[in-house]
Amino acid sequence: MAKVPVQFTLNGAEKAEFVDSGATLLTLLRTKAADMSVKGGCHQGACGACSVLIDGELRLSCLTLAEAYDGARIETLAGLAERGVLTVLQTAFADHAATQCGFCTPGMIMAAKALLDQNPQPTRNDVVEAISGNICRCTGYEPIIRAVLSAARANAVGAA
Amino acid sequence: MALTVKTFAAVSDALPALQAVGARYLGGGTLLVRRVNEGDISISTLVRVSGPSLSRIAVSDGRAIIGASATMAAVARHPDLAFLRPAAHAIGGPAVRNMATVGGNIFAPAPYGDFAVALLALDAAAEIAGKPITLADLIEHRKQNGGRIVTAVSLALPKPGAFRFVKITRVKPNGLAVLTIAAVIEERDGVVSAIRIALGNMADRPIRARAAEAALVGRPLTREGIGPALAVAGDGAAPADDAVASAWYRREVLPVHLGRLLLAKG
Repeated sequence: MAKVPVQFTLNGAEKAEFVDSGATLLTLLRTKAADMSVKGGCHQGACGACSVLIDGELRLSCLTLAEAYDGARIETLAGLAERGVLTVLQTAFADHAATQCGFCTPGMIMAAKALLDQNPQPTRNDVVEAISGNICRCTGYEPIIRAVLSAARANAVGAA
Repeated sequence: MALTVKTFAAVSDALPALQAVGARYLGGGTLLVRRVNEGDISISTLVRVSGPSLSRIAVSDGRAIIGASATMAAVARHPDLAFLRPAAHAIGGPAVRNMATVGGNIFAPAPYGDFAVALLALDAAAEIAGKPITLADLIEHRKQNGGRIVTAVSLALPKPGAFRFVKITRVKPNGLAVLTIAAVIEERDGVVSAIRIALGNMADRPIRARAAEAALVGRPLTREGIGPALAVAGDGAAPADDAVASAWYRREVLPVHLGRLLLAKG
């Protein structure tokens, strides 16, 4: 099988890997870049667990060809905390019991991050829309929505 | 299983690669890469055309030209395409909308293809090798159109308020469609003067509700006025049984949802 070179930045670090032609970004991140924070759920684009930011845009890594994003800036959950210090958003998830089994959490947090990066003061409906591509089987979604709104409020207080 | 990916800078360069057995043209990947993930070994080559020209959106002189690689998100946030926002926003979730393309939606099989329903009602034309083809023709023959690449769709901007769209789903805010209805309605002197209605998930491809259209011309948009049209709303439809709804259910609720769409104010 042909191998294809892919260069990208992952959470700020420059990476260069060879992947099988046609490999998904999900495969590249988990098997070559050893980033296990990105989860493989349905591999169909329905669950959102594989969500990452590519050049600042929320995308599904299970449906993305790794070689199509040569040169891209990729962000995953693993890159959010700095030296073990959780971000406001991650802390809010923990404080609001927005994560139980944790499997949807990476995708949920990247979706929430994508929202807050664009819209720092979202309405509840904005949050519901922002996570509408992410399935959670544990929490019933309310704790997640509360966590994102709480993080937005905390960010506003912090910036004030 | 070996999968080859071929990327070209120009559509004309990509065409020869697309003629090979097992070659498919890749848009956003939301349908095709999914099939690869699911083990569809009939796909052996993915052909891509890179470059910004296929994603361009131009709106001027009452017409919109939307590049086939323009994403649902790009359409939804375009300031001159606000009327199309409900249709673009109906697709998937935020991540899917950043990936799914206008061109890809035209070839999406039921239960997908809700944006194509909007394009059909808007009487859009698709551009293939620089030549226009009506969306109705393209959809009708889309299986035979494999091996050709749609580069853009163009459409006349509807008058303000003329375009209506609804996607009926069980899961909110978005899910697979029970059915989708798009309509462009013009009224004069209190009655319908011109109307196009497109239906999604009422057949294996988007279709026009021609019987309902004919029954609405010259009628007022009141409950009495639209009655005859609702009675024939499902003429020519062949809905499927699937995990979302049965064919029977789709036929039952189509006139209800069409009636609500026609009677909606503003």
